[in-house]
Amino acid sequence: MAASKSASMRDAIAELVRDGDTVAIEGFTHLICFAAGHEIIRQRKRDLTLCRLTPDVIYDQMIGAGVARKLVFSWMGNPGVGSLHAIRRVTEGDAPTLELEEYSHFGMVGRYTAGAMKLPFFPLRSYFETDLPRANPRIRPVTSPFGDEVVYAVPPLNPDVTIVHAQRADAAGNTQIWGLPGCQKEAAFAAERVIVVVEELVAEEVIRADPNRTVIPGLVVDAVVVEPFGAHPSYAQGHYDRDNRFYLDWEAVSRDEAALRAWLRDWVYGVADRAGYIDKLGQERVAALRPGPAPSGSVDYGDYRS
Amino acid sequence: MTGVVAGPFTASEMMIVAAARELAGQRVCFVGVGLPNIAVNLAKLTGAPDLELVYEAGVFGARPARLPLSIGDPTIVTRATAVTSMLELFGYYLQGGLIDVGFLGAAQIDRYGNINTTVIGDYATPRTRLPGSGGACEIAIDARQVFVIVRQSRRSFVERIDFRTSPGNVGGPNGARIRREQGWLGAGPSVVVTDLGVYHFDADGEMRLDSIHPGVTLAQVRDSMAWEPRVADRLAETAPPSPDELRLIRDVLDPEGVYTG
Repeated sequence: MAASKSASMRDAIAELVRDGDTVAIEGFTHLICFAAGHEIIRQRKRDLTLCRLTPDVIYDQMIGAGVARKLVFSWMGNPGVGSLHAIRRVTEGDAPTLELEEYSHFGMVGRYTAGAMKLPFFPLRSYFETDLPRANPRIRPVTSPFGDEVVYAVPPLNPDVTIVHAQRADAAGNTQIWGLPGCQKEAAFAAERVIVVVEELVAEEVIRADPNRTVIPGLVVDAVVVEPFGAHPSYAQGHYDRDNRFYLDWEAVSRDEAALRAWLRDWVYGVADRAGYIDKLGQERVAALRPGPAPSGSVDYGDYRS
Repeated sequence: MTGVVAGPFTASEMMIVAAARELAGQRVCFVGVGLPNIAVNLAKLTGAPDLELVYEAGVFGARPARLPLSIGDPTIVTRATAVTSMLELFGYYLQGGLIDVGFLGAAQIDRYGNINTTVIGDYATPRTRLPGSGGACEIAIDARQVFVIVRQSRRSFVERIDFRTSPGNVGGPNGARIRREQGWLGAGPSVVVTDLGVYHFDADGEMRLDSIHPGVTLAQVRDSMAWEPRVADRLAETAPPSPDELRLIRDVLDPEGVYTG
């Protein structure tokens, strides 16, 4: 049996996330690891370059708390609600203080993919006749070596640390996800260090019983943190729903700098860890987010022996 | 009075119904959240029963059992035909040419259907920082055709957009040539549905007002855009939502009136 990579969130963030790092907390609307984001805020990390297709509320909180100097992204908003006002405050007007590097969704996915495959660029048919290559000179036209066709290229993205939330993993870090897989696999393989945060730690046999569902192998994982409900207010398929009330309420918090500071004091600095956050949220609210069952059925892999 | 139509239905309901009707006969549709989502689901229940719903979050053949609250709502996953990584969704499905219709919204749109969702003002020092492209620029290029749903005003229907996030017919008459020469998969924008009317694009690649919604006047439309619009020789009145369409929207698709109230 492989060595255990189990760690507390506090230790994993302290050891694996360093000031100045490029950090990707991925998960497209699904499995967004707010628990890790909050621990990064609590440990007052600084000068991070934060990468995500959709900065979502988690990066609004982190940027509002002052952990980042740069944001690499493709769509910046509170999904289904509106704006991320803490980010807007530092990106609008005459003297923006947060550096932006922006792509499209496919461009960001391509960047992680090139990073994972150790390729110098990822070619794609996006950006024609747009202002994006002018806004971001790292989006460049490239001519096919097999003809004269021109497409665009984006550079590889290799985060120092990628953090992925998942339904389950074993102690060696073999990680299984169901529901939207987003670009977590690409972001994990591209990274120097990987932290996996799970709803449930399972035995190696559970993983081995359903290998098709393994998205990230323990081979590339440095730490496994068990943090049930760690993706709240986003969701974990089959475990809990998005807490839409939170996303709606964030609008007013995010708009007002004092309200944001108070929120961070109460919900991040003022709690010791994720368990403290969940206690504060209350069991009633947590329970209301549990979905009804819709099991997958199962397949038979067959037992092959001589 | 922008955004108000006569009769017992809202401007949002008229937009949803007008967009849904345009989807008749279409097969594979890339869905956005909000009004496009309701329009596509309404089309599936009415004129386009074989429509396959594709969500950029990584779902093909979605069967949402409730109104998705975000582009990656878990209800689009449960009972879907396929769940994919975003690399597959954007690479194989969208850039692979399998999407017939993509929906886009717009903060600003020009007469040729070029769209800005990035910034208002200068890029480096914007007055308003908008969300950015997301998947929009690739949808604009790769979807076989593009439907735009947008509320119309002098702020959104502008002579010159501040940033081109998603290309439409580029400079107008040259749009089709540019798309062909550069090997784009899509033919560009084909329909723009607003709270005042429905536009298609003419041979010059310019928006043409083909119908105005019940209770809306042409003067009102002109007052709500920054250029003098081309108007169809036979300007129609959009048929109002039918009782059946309204029932589906109100009882089935958006019973809490999140997007249609």
